[in-house]
Amino acid sequence: MSDFGILAYGAYVPVARLQRSAIHATNKWFAPGLGGLAKGEKAVANWDEDSVTMAVEAARDALDGIDRAILQRVTIASTTLPFADRQNAGIVKEALNLPDAVGAMDVAGSQRAATSALFAALGGNETTLVTAAEIATPKPASEREMTSGDAAAAVVVGAGQPIARLVASHSVTMDFVDHFREAGEAHDYDWEARWVRDEGFARIMSPAIAALLGKAGVEGAAIDHFLVPVAVKGVPEMLAKKAGIAPEAIADALGANLGHAGSAHALVMLAGALETAKAGQRILLASFGQGCDLLLLEVTDAIGSVKPRLGLSGWLARRVESTNYAKYLFHRGLLQLDRGMRAEHDSKTALTALWRNRKAVLGLVGGRCTKTGTVQFPKTEVSVNANDHTVGTQEDYPLAEVPAKILTWTADALAYSPDPPSCYGNIDFVGGGRMMAEFTDFPEGALDVGADLRMMFRIKAYDENRGFRRYFWKAAPAF
Amino acid sequence: MAKGIRDKVAILGMGCARFGERWDKDEDQLMLEAYEEALADAGIEPSRIDAAWLGAAFDAQNIGPSGIPLAMALRLPDIGVTKVENYCASGTESFRGAVYAVASGACDIALAMGAEKLKDTGYGGLPVRTRGTTHDMIGITGSAPGNFAQLASAYRGVHGVGKDDLKRAMAHVSVKSHANGAKNPKAHLQKAVTMEQVLNAPMIAEPLGLFDCCGVSDGAACAIVTTPEIARSLGKTDIVTVKALQLATSNGWEMQASGWNGSYFHTTRIAATKAYDEAGITDPRSQLSLIEVHDCFSITELVTMEDLHISKEGEGWRDVLDGFYDADGGIPCQIDGGLKCFGHPIGASGLRMIYENYLQILGRAGERQRQDNPVFALSHNLGGMPNQNVSSIAIIGRADA
Repeated sequence: MSDFGILAYGAYVPVARLQRSAIHATNKWFAPGLGGLAKGEKAVANWDEDSVTMAVEAARDALDGIDRAILQRVTIASTTLPFADRQNAGIVKEALNLPDAVGAMDVAGSQRAATSALFAALGGNETTLVTAAEIATPKPASEREMTSGDAAAAVVVGAGQPIARLVASHSVTMDFVDHFREAGEAHDYDWEARWVRDEGFARIMSPAIAALLGKAGVEGAAIDHFLVPVAVKGVPEMLAKKAGIAPEAIADALGANLGHAGSAHALVMLAGALETAKAGQRILLASFGQGCDLLLLEVTDAIGSVKPRLGLSGWLARRVESTNYAKYLFHRGLLQLDRGMRAEHDSKTALTALWRNRKAVLGLVGGRCTKTGTVQFPKTEVSVNANDHTVGTQEDYPLAEVPAKILTWTADALAYSPDPPSCYGNIDFVGGGRMMAEFTDFPEGALDVGADLRMMFRIKAYDENRGFRRYFWKAAPAF
Repeated sequence: MAKGIRDKVAILGMGCARFGERWDKDEDQLMLEAYEEALADAGIEPSRIDAAWLGAAFDAQNIGPSGIPLAMALRLPDIGVTKVENYCASGTESFRGAVYAVASGACDIALAMGAEKLKDTGYGGLPVRTRGTTHDMIGITGSAPGNFAQLASAYRGVHGVGKDDLKRAMAHVSVKSHANGAKNPKAHLQKAVTMEQVLNAPMIAEPLGLFDCCGVSDGAACAIVTTPEIARSLGKTDIVTVKALQLATSNGWEMQASGWNGSYFHTTRIAATKAYDEAGITDPRSQLSLIEVHDCFSITELVTMEDLHISKEGEGWRDVLDGFYDADGGIPCQIDGGLKCFGHPIGASGLRMIYENYLQILGRAGERQRQDNPVFALSHNLGGMPNQNVSSIAIIGRADA
């Protein structure tokens, strides 16, 4: 009989790392007290990213080399899901080009969303892709702006040869409101940090951790990776001390070079821990939010058999420093710039056409002619092959994971882009297929004929008149 | 095998409105301006016109759809008026409709009008528009300079031309067209520019600077065509006939297959070969007297010199720098200033090119008249973008050539 547990893991961190010193340089006059936090950097999503696109990238990271047909359910956890009513996990499913016969679930509403989703998957019997992502929009000049960062993670849970098994779990639920954000509001509202530390983290989490360890019959000293996704300094140390967990077991909460990724942070830290974990080690994952979720995992001998494509360490290494705080503010809608009349172009999406073309649009599925072998995007009734007018011979040919190269490019200062210049060009997929693609995440001066590319799932345009974002695939520098 | 259009149709009269920022005029007034000149040139009564074609690409900007705006503007006598749209090649498309009507014998006299009112958008450059619901989800809207700029990146890669060399050749294209436009009273831009100005202009779409881009203008141009026999019966002695009229439309090969290298216009090469064959031209470099091409951007003109089989592949930039296409060169290109300076009211441009060629052949081009008695003149009118386009070529010439 096969075992049940975590089969694979992955992460995603946006490429731009906004320097906290740059934030403080602008806000110092108003909030001089934040000077102590003005060091290191935070990951900030590009204008064309949201929790769904980041979850897709984390899932692709986890699913590298894994047959996607094993997935029976897709879950996304986030408190910043783009759609209040349109299944966000369904968009992830389409972007991953999964078969239609899969279940889907959105989990939201708490900083515990990701661990709750992981609980549900581990407690079930389906092979589940659990994703978590967060894109924060804190108030400018707030402490939260300094401590937060954008990231995503994914784990695959199911039967097979797990790399980690659930040993014990424990949850408590109490309506302790350390911060809140009402539906439709952009920003969090935080209560005093000292109170949250003493009455929240200490008095809620500590007894819960003791209860978990008691359930499992494990001493605190036996914990090898203590994951506490809390941005407040000293809290993991305080909890470890009370639980008898060795200081060396405390995992880096990634404050210095990523920031706190909200509800996704627990899964991000788990993905980080699994990168270095060794067989037989114990991982204690704790997440806090109106109570807490605690999971005790044991790493199996299979740990070396599965690797994410980049993993958290790889994503952290893929970075471009930014000191452009104004650009960040503009991209989060916190700074109104004059976008010009070209930005007034209506991006209304015909939902009927989106449905008909969903595989091409959301999954980047092209076609391959069964007679001539010609690959093309998008798939059409008559093959593009100029030599043979084959009709109806195209079969689905997914291009999202196929590497590509630049054939032509431009950096267009006339067309509107939230991140000018608008860069696009013709690209060739290795093994056939060509399209005109938008380039994203390219550092200035890096576009060149022949440059290697990897496709990424992004937001193509915002329809501000109707509140609808349009997704499509863009070409990023290969990684 | 069809015999082609050669010498079946004569141009009876042509007219062209002054191009530019015509803040005071609606599109119907611009059409009238071009029509009145063409009608006077033709020397006929409006009642003689049997059918008309209107080419306009951005009809939503001013006139709205259908042939009705032309029928209304000219108060045509309840004849058939057809609106055609083929991107920026709409002007030549309207000409094609009228010429085919006469060649078929269905009409004695037909009118082609191209018009565009672009300066009602509130911003510079072409209006942003949709390319259809499905394309909008997977394609790039971009801008015209952004689309055409990509030719340069590919051309450099394919032919190993240095960035500065190509930029200088592109600049020469624009300096030359500005010098020509300065002699054209109907041109939108009538001011000469220097190489330095062009090279140091702000970047619009890498590597195209401001002066690598043509003017966006209001304007209209008009042709009245008939058979050579009717033209003679109406007293015309100096007859200019249509020698070739070809159109090639992308079927997606460039954009979706893998054979195209991004540095040239596949369609133009096909249309040019067919056009020379139709006109009986065997060596375009020695036989063409002058050319008007679709120089929406300097790089477009440059690669078109090769696509028209006049310059060798990869050497067009050298011919440009050598002055071969200057007003006093081997084959003047854009002797009227081109799209660059005469201006580019989209639907009118194809007819404007034919208008200039017609004037030059008849020796009526004033200060910019080519002095070597032009015989064959080619116009090349392109719509779309390098990877997906409509390329049309019209060759006109002396009836006896």
